[in-house]
Amino acid sequence: MSTTATVAARQSSRVPLLAALAAARAWLFLIVLITVFEIWARVSFGASFVGNLFNLRSVAVFAVAPLLLAIGQTFVIISGGIDLSVGFTMGLAAIVLAHTVNLATPALGTGAGLLVGVAVAVLASMIPGVVNGLLIARLRVPPFIGTLGMYGVARGVAFLLAGGTTVPVSNAALNYIGNGQLAGFPVVVLLTVLALLVLHYLLSQSKFGQYTYAVGGNRAAAVRAGINVRSVTIRLYVLSAVCAGIGGILYTGRFSAGAAQAGEPLLLDSIAAVVIGGASLFGGSGTIVGTLIGALIVAVIQYGLVFINVEPFWQFVAVGVVIIISVLVDQSQRRLGGGRVDE
Amino acid sequence: MSEGTPLLQASGISKRFGGVHALEDVDFGLAAGEVVALAGDNGAGKSTLIKIISGVFPPDGGTLFYQGSRVAFANPQDARARGIETIYQDLALADNLDVGANVFLGREPMTRRFGLPVIDRRRMRAEAAMTLDRLDIGLDRLDRPVSALSGGQRQCVAIGRALHWNARVLIMDEPTAALGVPEQRKVIALIQSLKAHGVGIVFISHNLADIFAVADRIVVLRRGTNAGERTRAATNPDEIVRLMVG
Repeated sequence: MSTTATVAARQSSRVPLLAALAAARAWLFLIVLITVFEIWARVSFGASFVGNLFNLRSVAVFAVAPLLLAIGQTFVIISGGIDLSVGFTMGLAAIVLAHTVNLATPALGTGAGLLVGVAVAVLASMIPGVVNGLLIARLRVPPFIGTLGMYGVARGVAFLLAGGTTVPVSNAALNYIGNGQLAGFPVVVLLTVLALLVLHYLLSQSKFGQYTYAVGGNRAAAVRAGINVRSVTIRLYVLSAVCAGIGGILYTGRFSAGAAQAGEPLLLDSIAAVVIGGASLFGGSGTIVGTLIGALIVAVIQYGLVFINVEPFWQFVAVGVVIIISVLVDQSQRRLGGGRVDE
Repeated sequence: MSEGTPLLQASGISKRFGGVHALEDVDFGLAAGEVVALAGDNGAGKSTLIKIISGVFPPDGGTLFYQGSRVAFANPQDARARGIETIYQDLALADNLDVGANVFLGREPMTRRFGLPVIDRRRMRAEAAMTLDRLDIGLDRLDRPVSALSGGQRQCVAIGRALHWNARVLIMDEPTAALGVPEQRKVIALIQSLKAHGVGIVFISHNLADIFAVADRIVVLRRGTNAGERTRAATNPDEIVRLMVG
């Protein structure tokens, strides 16, 4: 294996242009995509796609929930794992928030009722994260299977708590978070930007972020270097679950109702955002900025297809195709250089 | 041996696995600045001996002296903390991190930027560069992932990391096995420069040319016992092979 990497490394220095293009592929793709929709909009409707504030705002709001799932997922994927349970962790948090806010608001008032609801929802979202982490770190269950099981469990529990239906919630503060604007920016977007900044800092500047890369790059080396890999792994899955939980909270605010299936279609979108953004499913690489670009690409595809009146189900097809292409590009890039491919 | 007190001395070491005597009454000594090659056929007990020295498992009999006092290592981390480091081919480095990050992996220095604690990458690179320079390991760039380095360069980075954290004894198991010839030369050159820094090196290799290129002394094991010990100057490859096969 080390000889493969050596050969690959020698080749990569010979094709710096190709490597640079591969590294910038997400940016290029986003630019191409926007250009296509811009041309389409001008030709078909005689209007601008990007020059329209409503469109930009819609794309941003579209991107919020998948992005929140994706930034937590970015950490997990960099560490060489995957978290398939995020969609229903989001739903679980949405239902718990709705119930708690409904119970707490009459007793505590709007602000305090919301705070209690958010705290309980975040705690509830941590449960699947802790269980995932323990399964994977302590019992060495493969992440794919452990989190797939948790997908089922969180889904079932969320629907049970919801009584099989959506849970309407009425709280002015929550509604403001979901639908309000601050200085012309939707509050959900501002909160997501804040989450992005915090997680970007965590991934790129903290020891936890560094160990996330180390575990994904070479788990054995990380163990030998004295890193507590188990603890890092557990924290990774808790982080992913809490991000999903925050996604559920914003969803509930936006629709004034908690729904168990709130995050159901978002697993695909979030993983798409991460891999389009340049993270490798083999672990070891990826960035929050890349994931942001990836999430914008997914949102532009989805909103753009709606914008040009394509049937909405094509969105799933488009995002699925883009995931597969991204992984293929990543694999061929790894053969060309950049790292080892485990075959 | 060149000095009075050996850096490391294993005396009368025995180890059994079930009914098999992997090692029986084996003696092994290493002085600071000395390279001792451990030679022997497969199953002669070479890896059992280095695993005992590096704390992977305890001996059933015999004693281990390190830096003048008797030691019993609880685990490999314990041995590493006291300066006995094993360089493995594949377990050494996180390929996706740069040289500085690998040298400091698990012990990152922190600094503050805008009041927030951040990893001090500049310091990691600068100190890693100093250590590598001291060992004459020439790498043109330290800010690329180590996957961009050749096998020999990676080996050198792993060794540089051990030295940065004050390893006194380096155990190298087949350090040149997966390398091309120029790369092998680079590792051999590094071993020679480590000697000058007073590091004791245990060197396991099947390659007699490598052994004769770097070893001061050659300890030959055969079926778990000492088969002989020669200084390099007083022996030749034929004699070592005869000792190995008995």
